[in-house]
Amino acid sequence: MIIPQSHLMILSLVLLTIGVVGVLIRRNVIIILMSIELILNAANINFVAFSSKWQNLTGQIWGVFNITIAAAEVAVGLAIVIALFRNRETVNVDEMNLMKW
Amino acid sequence: MDWGLVLFYFFAALAVVGGVMMITRKNAVHSAVYLVLTFVSVAGIYILLGADFLFAVQVLVYAGGIVVLFLFVIMLVNLEESRRLSGGKLHLAASAVLTCLLFGMLATLFGRVAVGQPSVAAPLGEGNLQLMGIALFRDYMLPFEVVSLLLLVAMIGAIVLGRPRA
Repeated sequence: MIIPQSHLMILSLVLLTIGVVGVLIRRNVIIILMSIELILNAANINFVAFSSKWQNLTGQIWGVFNITIAAAEVAVGLAIVIALFRNRETVNVDEMNLMKW
Repeated sequence: MDWGLVLFYFFAALAVVGGVMMITRKNAVHSAVYLVLTFVSVAGIYILLGADFLFAVQVLVYAGGIVVLFLFVIMLVNLEESRRLSGGKLHLAASAVLTCLLFGMLATLFGRVAVGQPSVAAPLGEGNLQLMGIALFRDYMLPFEVVSLLLLVAMIGAIVLGRPRA
């Protein structure tokens, strides 16, 4: 089975762009966190694609680390969202304009 | 007819559709469900590329863990439907310009890197799990331990942040 490398890279690029658009145009902070997950996934596709192309496992190891860091990031991010909601009653990024209250 | 290639395009289309739907839905729960679609499609692409272990991790951690976490938080913060996408026209125009710029830059860069050779998924597919285990616990021992420490720190941080203030 042969998958053209360029098509994998185009897929990764498209997913990354969708993630960036999501971060830029949405107000809901939870959707923004989801878009960041999409960006990390797009990077991961490239890692695995090149790992497969050069028959070298390093890319897949980096993929595992990438997923681990995504999990840590989302755990802390959602904890911040909950703490913020408890204090400010909002999940809208436009209304999050204070570092301290 | 190469069924692997057909499957790749199928999964790729599904992933892109899931992503677009995710960022355009008003209801955050719907977004989370479309996010699952994208994650599972990406997992399918991993298995086409011979990365069995990453396929399992993707399904377990992303589709299983992270999305459930998202759903819990969505239920917890009890969202009112956010009525519109984002702020003023200037904001949208600047976003569009910046995104096009980023896309163009990366496409140019990728165009220089991607030189012809197709990727083949043969030998790495055999005993991928065993090879990953050997690599993780021999060559990447230190990074592995550091990452586990990072997870511990993130867990403690999440608990501290999520705790109600005394």
